[in-house]
Amino acid sequence: MEKLSGLKCKECGRKYQAKAIYVCEFCFGPLEVDYNYKQIKSHISKEKIKTGPNSQWRYWELLPVETESVISLGEGFTPLLPARNLGKLLGLEKLYIKNDAVNPTYSFKDRVVSVAITRAVELGFDTVACASTGNLACSVSAYGAYAGIKSFVFIPVDLEKGKIIGAGIYQPNLIGVEGNYDQVNRLCSEIADTFPWAFVNINIRPYYAEGSKTLGFEVAEQLGWKAPEHVVIPLASGCLMTKIYKGLKEFDMLGLIGKVRTKFSGAQAEGCSPIVTAYKENSEIVKPVKPNTIAKSLAIGNPADGYYAWKTMKETGGFAETVNDEEIIEGIRVLAETEGIFTETAGGVTVGVLKKLAQTGRIKKDELTVAFITGNGLKTQEAVSEAVSRPKKIAPTLKAFTEEFQRM
Amino acid sequence: MATTVKIPAPLRKLTGNQALVETEAETLIDLISDLDRKYPGIKERIYDGKAIRRFINIFVNGEDVRFKDGIKTKITKGSDVSIVPAIAGG
Repeated sequence: MEKLSGLKCKECGRKYQAKAIYVCEFCFGPLEVDYNYKQIKSHISKEKIKTGPNSQWRYWELLPVETESVISLGEGFTPLLPARNLGKLLGLEKLYIKNDAVNPTYSFKDRVVSVAITRAVELGFDTVACASTGNLACSVSAYGAYAGIKSFVFIPVDLEKGKIIGAGIYQPNLIGVEGNYDQVNRLCSEIADTFPWAFVNINIRPYYAEGSKTLGFEVAEQLGWKAPEHVVIPLASGCLMTKIYKGLKEFDMLGLIGKVRTKFSGAQAEGCSPIVTAYKENSEIVKPVKPNTIAKSLAIGNPADGYYAWKTMKETGGFAETVNDEEIIEGIRVLAETEGIFTETAGGVTVGVLKKLAQTGRIKKDELTVAFITGNGLKTQEAVSEAVSRPKKIAPTLKAFTEEFQRM
Repeated sequence: MATTVKIPAPLRKLTGNQALVETEAETLIDLISDLDRKYPGIKERIYDGKAIRRFINIFVNGEDVRFKDGIKTKITKGSDVSIVPAIAGG
């Protein structure tokens, strides 16, 4: 028996074959991968995982591909760091940072793309595509190049330079669309209906999204096979949060960790906070917004998994909070200054919200808390150009330095 | 001049595989009813009796109807209407 049993509608439960489809024909609910957990349970063990590769593929048994020849640049198994300095500053005794800014293309997207492209090739596609707020563009371009297949990458034309270069260097067909991400996404859904391509976030989405579970698996393994008590996660489409939750619950179900009692808290930018707004208004309807924030990687005004992220926060007793652009920059600065990690604007949102939740007692000081840093600061340098130390210019003499030193 | 409606792939079994269909309706709710007369079953797929289903987006001339008047959104002749399933991303 195969580990993949097919796809299943997350809303009405109708079953489909494990092909390149993503939406239920009956209720339009999203399709999700369905596994034969019984069969997986008989194969998987902590020992087997520990001896696996130092990448997310150590969890191959729980990822939706059939081949063992996966398309991998070594994504995942990133550091989980005890954040003592930041913890001290915020009054949190057990704070950890999951640093996913150190993946092959410097964001967590490498996890989902490695899964998506492996599956796309397995399903016989020769062209891969995506709509992106930037990080996904970089990742699809790199993995497309490595897999030796064609790639078409659609981005809003006003993205940060670091993301345009970070994608363009891999020589994809890069299309800058005059509009925001939601408009790019809508265009892509029409293109995906017309061109026979593997759109990682459209027709390959059920497989793609599963890659994010590995963040949950890794954190549990790195904490010594247990779930954290509280997590803070940035929300864009909402998919990342729901999959980290799913990952922890799968580990629980397979007996690899104890019962999951993790609180899931979500972070958004004030200029694009449809999911946090729904949480605060206690309404399960996530109303779309028109984004206006420096956190472009989170600027999804119409989040496809917003409802599920909302449900995860409510179900687990987590919280939702926003920060403004100034607080985002402050968040980036403080993480770098205290923990030596340079994150992009999404990480600034996470740290800013972590701070708010700690200061208001919503994260308790002895709660084992993990904050997820999903992208690298070198990609969004524009945001912090005013917040960095400037070089103090001196003549190349000891005297000049001594004089400068006395002024410091 | 009729209004064109773009039908997404998952609904095309109902429209005899047509990706574009036409209507003369003047509001979104009339449009949905008109489509259902021509292609029975389409209404319940996109409308739950109160609102547009959670995982469906409808755009009139590129604008999400949730920024307009929802199902009461007026449709002028010659408009472009798109029915689009929600998609993930980032």
